[in-house]
Amino acid sequence: MAEVPKKLTIPPEEYICSGHLACQGCGAALAMRYALKALGPNTVYTVPACCWSVIDGPFPYTTLGVPLFHIAFEAAAASACGLAAGLEMMGKKGVNVVAWGGDGGTADIGIQSLSGAAERNDNILYICYDNEAYMNTGVQRSSSTPWGAWTTTTPARHFKNRPKKNVVDIMVAHQIPYVATAAMAFPEDLVAKVAKAKDIEGTKYIQILASCPPGWRMAPEYSVKSVRLAVNTRMWPLLEVDRGVYKINRKPRKYTPVAEYLKLQGRFAHLTEEQVQEIQEMVDANWDRLLFLEKSTHEMAGLPLKGEKAAAPKGKGSEAAAG
Amino acid sequence: MTEKIEIRGACDMPPMAKSLGRMSWNLTGSWRNVTPVIDYEKCTICMLCWKFCPDLAITCTEPPQIILDYCKGCGVCAEECPANCIDMKEGL
Amino acid sequence: MKQVLTGNHAVSHAARVGRAQVVSAYPITPQTQVVEKISEFVADGIMDAKFIKVESEHSAMVACIGASAAGARAFTATSAQGLALMHEVLHWAANARLPIVLANINRAMAPPWTIWTDQIDSLSQRDTGWMQFYAESNQDVFDSILISFKVAEQVLLPAMVVLEAFFLSHTTEPVDFPEQEEADHFLPPRVATHTVDPEHPAAFGGLTGPDHYYELKYMEHNAMLEAKDVIERTAQEYGDVTGRYYKMADPYRCEDADTVLVVSGGVASTVKDAVDEARAAGKKLGSLKIWTFRPFPRGEVRELLLGRKKVAVVDRNISFGQEGIFCTEVKASLYGQDGAPPVSGFIAGLGGRDVKVRDLLAVAEAAEKDDCPEFNWYGVKP
Repeated sequence: MAEVPKKLTIPPEEYICSGHLACQGCGAALAMRYALKALGPNTVYTVPACCWSVIDGPFPYTTLGVPLFHIAFEAAAASACGLAAGLEMMGKKGVNVVAWGGDGGTADIGIQSLSGAAERNDNILYICYDNEAYMNTGVQRSSSTPWGAWTTTTPARHFKNRPKKNVVDIMVAHQIPYVATAAMAFPEDLVAKVAKAKDIEGTKYIQILASCPPGWRMAPEYSVKSVRLAVNTRMWPLLEVDRGVYKINRKPRKYTPVAEYLKLQGRFAHLTEEQVQEIQEMVDANWDRLLFLEKSTHEMAGLPLKGEKAAAPKGKGSEAAAG
Repeated sequence: MTEKIEIRGACDMPPMAKSLGRMSWNLTGSWRNVTPVIDYEKCTICMLCWKFCPDLAITCTEPPQIILDYCKGCGVCAEECPANCIDMKEGL
Repeated sequence: MKQVLTGNHAVSHAARVGRAQVVSAYPITPQTQVVEKISEFVADGIMDAKFIKVESEHSAMVACIGASAAGARAFTATSAQGLALMHEVLHWAANARLPIVLANINRAMAPPWTIWTDQIDSLSQRDTGWMQFYAESNQDVFDSILISFKVAEQVLLPAMVVLEAFFLSHTTEPVDFPEQEEADHFLPPRVATHTVDPEHPAAFGGLTGPDHYYELKYMEHNAMLEAKDVIERTAQEYGDVTGRYYKMADPYRCEDADTVLVVSGGVASTVKDAVDEARAAGKKLGSLKIWTFRPFPRGEVRELLLGRKKVAVVDRNISFGQEGIFCTEVKASLYGQDGAPPVSGFIAGLGGRDVKVRDLLAVAEAAEKDDCPEFNWYGVKP
């Protein structure tokens, strides 16, 4: 009766085990599961303080089937750089060195270390699983918390009233070879991006939107649905930036209104209709900005947009982008 | 599934906090309040439930089966199933 | 082979001869020449290492931690603010039991800004689990670094070698190097255990409860105790190769000394002139250099100081409201022992104020007085 299915859209091999300590419906657990399918066993992880510091399990146990080197909160990228250099000096070839951190350790306390690594273009893959707050310490606000969200440090009367920090563009500004967004509701896309990134030399950055049912004040069964909506409402566009050239991977034909996404989550329950409309406008404006970036960076590189003919390259970097 | 590791003291420990085994001894099935039940008459073996389980508590088989030892009862499989054939039942 | 080198370049050469494989460092006065020279060695291909030009000292230590965890021999250098910035992860390096070696140019802490020497920066790291070697000369700097690599890799604790800003870092002295082959024989490649290795996956540093954390600290403490024997043995070995023998507590003309000056760092060099002058004038003065602050040579200090008439500890540092830090350690070593001498502590030389021969003689004279206070702030202008 039980056979291995013939048609799977993601690799069947698993590099985490059951028994880990993630909450019910944890998006970060799914993100990790998918990323490791793309990376395979010749991989080492370094993880700063974040949910995964705990999910992996206490000493003397681990959940991952690859080495996990825990490191201080602000230091994931530097740790990865050191590991990469050390492994090379030890003669270990082709090991995927991955820094895996939450939004806190990436966008806030860890941004210096990340910026340093990216500026040097050190050969590491930095993956941020973004659940949009300091979830591990009890849902305090991070710079990645979206405008309008409740957190314990931005209670409803003083909700987070600054836009979500755009780490993707910060990383693009470092002129690294590959920057991408992903979401654990789109496993095939996530796996493909991690698989692509691991074979690129230099610093690669992928930010994965990962739901957090307790932190988003949401029923755990909506873990995947909510993030699918984040993408389909264009709150979290799936895109890649290949050597500075923007490409939006998923352009929904019909734009789902953001209200559909927001209403699933208690962290947005206090918003008025006007505030929801403000969010819609922010999302629309950001989408237009991305479309513009996609068009202009393609033009600069002399690359055709899908459905258009190629034009002569306009600026430097066209060779690199075309290559 | 693996066994819990007994550590009597320093004699059983490496010099630093380095893991000695996996977390699979931890039967997270005890966390459940509701349990998924698959109606195999309706199941199309699309494998979305296996794909979306954060706890690897669904077997990668035709058809998929819930691993009750580990299933935390999050309900993602039931929510995502396109054939609507998974029910989250109480008291199981 | 002898070269005339500044302390900083002695550090660079030691890292090269010691075959450091990964160096990650951030510049800070007065350490900059250390890393500039190492950069040159790596760029010229005469040092087979990766030099990660990190963006801060915290990242410098973290990168060393990553590299060392992968099994490579890792090295860095810093000073004052930089060492302080690393503090969080100095704990990390020691608790992760990684044999990293660091050269610290002792520089006083800001504010106000200062680039001159005292020992507060390194002594503030006393409890991080790092071994600490206080060098009295550029030769000592070079030798201590080679010895440190070997000891660290055996006991699995990191080590810092400290040298005074400007008095050693920028002053040229002759340094005798062993030939590379000799050095390789003394210090073979690191045989790393418990490394981050895809072929042997494990998690390192995961959440540990009260049930097990306590025993990890117990093992770390024991490693520091073991380090005493390993340092002695390794220093002996090094002496057999080079002719230069180092002692954790190194006496100078103490055999029949009534008064002993306990010193560390560059002052341990200056004090020998003071002792010679005093001896020439008929005084029974001796000096004791503390080479290793951690592990502290408690037994040797007892042996060498019990029964003396007077002991004066000269500290180029201060623990505010208490006394000099070496003084506290010396007193702790003598506590409750038969024949424990009266100990007077003297603060001197903070922020780079010079400690001259005549200052040390004045300290010795003051210490000999019956009414010498327990604590003295030498030469302060109130």
